[in-house]
Amino acid sequence: MFAFVLRRIGQSAFVVLAMAALVFLSVYAIGNPIDILLAPDADQRERDEAIARLGLDKPVWVQFLTFLGNLAHGDLGKSFVFGSDAVSLILGRLPATLELAIVALVLATFIGIPLGMLAGLRSNTWVGRTVMTGSIIGFSLPNFWFGIMMILLFAVELQWLPSGGRGPTGKLFGLEFSLLNPAGWPNLVMPALTLAVYKVSLVTRLAYAGTREALLQEYVRFARAKGLSQTRIVGVHVLKNILIPIVTVLGLELGSMIAFAVVTETVFAWPGMGKLLIDSIARLDRPVIVAYLMIVVGLFTFINLLVDILYSTLDPRVRLADAGS
Amino acid sequence: MSDVAIEAIPAVETPLRRFIADYCANRLALAALVVVLVLALLSLLAPWIAPQNPYDLTQISIFDNMLKPGERSMDGNLFVLGTDEQGRDMLSAMLYGLKMSLFVGAASTAMGLAVGVSLGVTAAYFGGRIDAAIMRLVDLQLSFPAILIALILLAVLGKGVDKVILALTLVQWAYYARTVRGNALVERRREYIEAAQCLALPRSRIIFRHLLPNCMAPLIVIATVQVAHAISLEATLSFLGVGVPITEPSLGLLISNGYKYILSGKYWVSLFPGLLLLFTILTINLVGDHLRDLLNPRLKT
Amino acid sequence: MSATLEVAGLETHFVTRAGVVKAVDGVSFSVDRGQVLGLVGESGSGKTVTGLSIMGLVDAPGRIAGGSIKLAGKELVGLDERGWRTIRGRKIAMIFQDPMMTLNPVLRVDTQMIEAIQAHEDVANDVARARCRDALGRVGIPSPEERLSAYPHQFSGGMRQRVAIAIALLHNPDLIIADEPTTALDVTIQAQIIAQVQKLAAETGAAIVWVTHDLAVVSGLSDRLAVMYAGRIIEEGPTAEVLTRPGHPYTAGLLASLPINNPRGRPLNQIPGSTPSLLRLPPGCPFAPRCGACQDDCTVTRPPETRFGMDRRLRCFHPLEASA
Repeated sequence: MFAFVLRRIGQSAFVVLAMAALVFLSVYAIGNPIDILLAPDADQRERDEAIARLGLDKPVWVQFLTFLGNLAHGDLGKSFVFGSDAVSLILGRLPATLELAIVALVLATFIGIPLGMLAGLRSNTWVGRTVMTGSIIGFSLPNFWFGIMMILLFAVELQWLPSGGRGPTGKLFGLEFSLLNPAGWPNLVMPALTLAVYKVSLVTRLAYAGTREALLQEYVRFARAKGLSQTRIVGVHVLKNILIPIVTVLGLELGSMIAFAVVTETVFAWPGMGKLLIDSIARLDRPVIVAYLMIVVGLFTFINLLVDILYSTLDPRVRLADAGS
Repeated sequence: MSDVAIEAIPAVETPLRRFIADYCANRLALAALVVVLVLALLSLLAPWIAPQNPYDLTQISIFDNMLKPGERSMDGNLFVLGTDEQGRDMLSAMLYGLKMSLFVGAASTAMGLAVGVSLGVTAAYFGGRIDAAIMRLVDLQLSFPAILIALILLAVLGKGVDKVILALTLVQWAYYARTVRGNALVERRREYIEAAQCLALPRSRIIFRHLLPNCMAPLIVIATVQVAHAISLEATLSFLGVGVPITEPSLGLLISNGYKYILSGKYWVSLFPGLLLLFTILTINLVGDHLRDLLNPRLKT
Repeated sequence: MSATLEVAGLETHFVTRAGVVKAVDGVSFSVDRGQVLGLVGESGSGKTVTGLSIMGLVDAPGRIAGGSIKLAGKELVGLDERGWRTIRGRKIAMIFQDPMMTLNPVLRVDTQMIEAIQAHEDVANDVARARCRDALGRVGIPSPEERLSAYPHQFSGGMRQRVAIAIALLHNPDLIIADEPTTALDVTIQAQIIAQVQKLAAETGAAIVWVTHDLAVVSGLSDRLAVMYAGRIIEEGPTAEVLTRPGHPYTAGLLASLPINNPRGRPLNQIPGSTPSLLRLPPGCPFAPRCGACQDDCTVTRPPETRFGMDRRLRCFHPLEASA
């Protein structure tokens, strides 16, 4: 187990390093880093300072090491627009995005797994077929359009929910969370649902396929031969077996949720890091773009690592295989 | 399950005819295929069947702006689906937008296929370090979501139809490369490839006549689904403001335009293009889903 | 007093697109307390479906279409799912063929054993666990307390089958259906498992239906033999008599094809052809196309079940002379 974790951490470090190299190349090698990292109205003194700080008069590999060094210190330049440190700017928006992504993930799990299992248990009836056709619609829904239509229906026509923004939040460890303040919940409903809808389809299909496969297994027949109730067989024997692939996929999807939050946050004016990225792209605020990229890469790699470790604790076979090696 | 022996029904048809018959057996999938073809035809015929050319400024009048669906302009033209803020007929704009969406989706998939298949076959055929290098790149790319990669590429490259296609190509190639390599590795160990090598057939012939045809089935399935995915992604990117330019709008950009008017209840500018977009993606996905069921040997009983 | 298990005229049908498959077509037999019945046949003969029918475990599109299954005089055919559930695992237990597949890979052994107890009895976890530990000890699993907390993949095939047997015996069932429980195991392990089941059945007095394709396995184990072909029992009687003086040409063929009955150096005797499709059975005796002793009347009507000798049943117009 320990060797496995160590090996995975090594792989993750490699990914981060490779992505850092790619970002470095696209910023430093292709473009002129001064143009990219300094505001267009910077004067000569600021330019000289930046050249010295980034080591642009040195060979490329030294520059790369400087970049890595700055990266390690969390220094990726200042935002042109806000004038503050790009990294802390993004980290300040991270809780809003994480909260949105995690709520959406939980929604997707608790809607998708029961739907998929239901469809799997009734695969030859209209229930199963309806659920599975519905999941294709969920896959096909253009996410941003679905969000806009929700606004049209629930905010404009029915006026049940606010059309955007984060609303009131509660504080925990100095960070703001909508979940902690019931007055903020209405603001969370539509963005979370919009972000979840694609994953609901995904989870439904995974749960469906897993359930159908599990039902054909001998252990289900043996469980029935023991006189177990259908509830116990489905709720323990089948569920535990399909949970492993679903948890793995969902964990990996948390990353894509954070990425896709870019769209949802734009539609609902949700003040997360995705909205910040889009605003920065529109305003050519490049240090923020670079910082976003590196933070997301780090986040992703961390999530992937976590999922792998979680997976190995969930599936006893993987755990053992690794202990043997 | 049971040990009941049921004899296979002897196959008398050719594989292709059998496949077509199998496909048509599912009415939903058949309907979806017909709709996809009709949509493609409509988009190609847009210049001839659209009530107006929405990008010819002499044909549109700012006085007709924001007409509701079914309203007529002052000189009597009927706007079935209403007009946008510049007085453009929505139906015409949607037909042209569909053309752009389908074009971007198909073009990027075709290019992604070309790149991905070439690299995948190269990796599988040569193995060793070349294989390792290409597959590392594939793994790296696939560990990040497509939207993020495309977004960053376009943030660096800037707007433009060609740039969107390029970004979507780069997003897609890894899927094809991985699929082709996986299949080709299995096929490469088969006897017929060894036989072909013993005959000293040229490499290119082995690759194109023997290896590739055996990778076709999964490629067709993935490519079909990827067209839908590319169309959806393009719409999303255009909505975010990094996609196609305002002068050549796709369905996604039309929706994005309508987004501004949503809060004032002017639903038609984003509702109708969105429905068309959903319909397009949905029908392509339905076709792909059914193809997957048919071409996946694991599911065949 | 009635026998532990009485099956009469059992019919289990599978409705498929190509037609109705009569996997079990009028099967009758009975097993007494402490007795072992060997149910022998090739794959496709309907022996497994017979076993599953007795458990009420035939999956759609299959269903029990007729006949009766009586357990200690109580009719099981027609029970609802709830009724079946009180029988399964408690009155009738089943051991399956492949021990690698029958235990759930992601649940610990104790979970899978305790739930089997708690499905029928309202007992506390620690009491149930103690019973599971004893049961594992009874089937010869060393250090049962530690093995309880293990996952199935940490056991060998033979050990897993012992676990499955331990689970089957948890409620001291009246009847055990063993569906080729040794086929997937090594020969030495096979013998151990057979001896184990024999011993435990003798201790508890359970009746056993031992389903197998291997005559050699049941010859030393069963009291009576029933040979199935194309969904019917074509010959039934005391094991020793059936084996030494087979009445049906098919039984004789099966015996002759055992390697042990063949002189060294000569090609093995075999039954020509293969089992017929249950969708397209010939009008007469289903074995007729492969039978060496086939005569004209064999291809016209199905042979009915007739008494044969003292205590035997047979479905054949022309029984082998040797047995008369």
